[in-house]
Amino acid sequence: MVTGRGWIKNAEMANPMKKFTVLFGPIFKENPITAQILGVCSALAVTSKLETAIVMSLAVTFVLAFSNLSISAIRKHIPGSIRIIVEMTIIASLVIIADQLIKAFAYDVSKQLSVYVGLIITNCIIMGRAEAYALKNPPIQSMLDGIGNGLGYSLILVIVAFFRELIGSGTLLGHTILPLYTDSGWYIPNGLFLLPPSAFFIIGLIIWAIRTWRPEENEE
Amino acid sequence: MFEHYLSLFIRAIFLENMALAFFLGMCTFLAVSKRVDTAVGLGIAVVVVQSITMPVNNLILHYLLADGALAWAGLPNVDLTFLGLISYIGVIAAMVQILEMFLDRFVPKLYNSLGIFLPLITVNCAILGGSLLMVERDYNFGESVVFGIGSGVGFALAIVALAGIREKMRYGNVPKGLRGLGITFITVGLMAISFMLFSGIQL
Repeated sequence: MVTGRGWIKNAEMANPMKKFTVLFGPIFKENPITAQILGVCSALAVTSKLETAIVMSLAVTFVLAFSNLSISAIRKHIPGSIRIIVEMTIIASLVIIADQLIKAFAYDVSKQLSVYVGLIITNCIIMGRAEAYALKNPPIQSMLDGIGNGLGYSLILVIVAFFRELIGSGTLLGHTILPLYTDSGWYIPNGLFLLPPSAFFIIGLIIWAIRTWRPEENEE
Repeated sequence: MFEHYLSLFIRAIFLENMALAFFLGMCTFLAVSKRVDTAVGLGIAVVVVQSITMPVNNLILHYLLADGALAWAGLPNVDLTFLGLISYIGVIAAMVQILEMFLDRFVPKLYNSLGIFLPLITVNCAILGGSLLMVERDYNFGESVVFGIGSGVGFALAIVALAGIREKMRYGNVPKGLRGLGITFITVGLMAISFMLFSGIQL
């Protein structure tokens, strides 16, 4: 264990910039949704309102940070053949904690999130980061990687939710931004943005925008 | 009774389509829909696994986990519902493993054609999501069988349709930045709108 900690210290001292890149790289440079298609699964269903999207983002970031931390902490003691089961158990326990916390402190939101908090277990980002990063890197760095990837995921989720709530119901976080014509305002809400298809369109357009901005990501 | 099940079945396929209305199983939905034959393989695998795991999870819920379900073991006051998530994912992983061994031994042809899709299904959110929806809506055993088959068929239908469109789209002239993932998302959105047309149907 002592040698392990010494190694972390050396690695950190060798490149002080590394922590920064580990934390912020995934948010802008290699954003999970656009670059890796990972984790789109459960993300979009909760984006019809900004509030639920933010709570969902927090839950995913929490699970991702702590699953990376704990898997990395015991990475030298996990036999390779059963590592998937071990990872699954850790992730599932963390998701149960997140689920119970949301139920305790934000009960209304937990009703709206319905099954999607539970589905964080099968979110490919979490398994993917555990396999690709946490099994090979020291705990603190893995945790930062988890937070970074969680925030990158949150950014996309919040952007989608922002447009869906603003255009679909003229509000943000429940506050009126565009006064509706039913309340003697001028805005006629676009109901399509409250329905599932709009999330697909917005994600498609976001990918288009990012790839126009950074052409090296184009396919084919 | 029959009408109730039929309406549940049709709703699970079209109106509450796992992929297009609930966003479940999106990863595999987008990744494995490049060719029709692989999409058909995955579709069959999802139907089989979904129609086995959902009734099994239903039994687990009603005889082990629900409030007071352990009364038959002399523990009427135990409520284990918080263990739901971890047991369902365990059941799914175990069922997929058993199915894999069974197919390998008795139907090697199907096993070879399904290939890597079976283990992949363990982490498919459509399977876990289906079980969680079943719990949330309080389905009984019969309903869970129907809902399992229906949602599996719905997912298979959607992924095969998307694969067909993507195969044809290879010949289209798509704007550069939109190629690949971008245009796929837009196509999925249009498909989702067309599936929503079934919402007018009352059975």
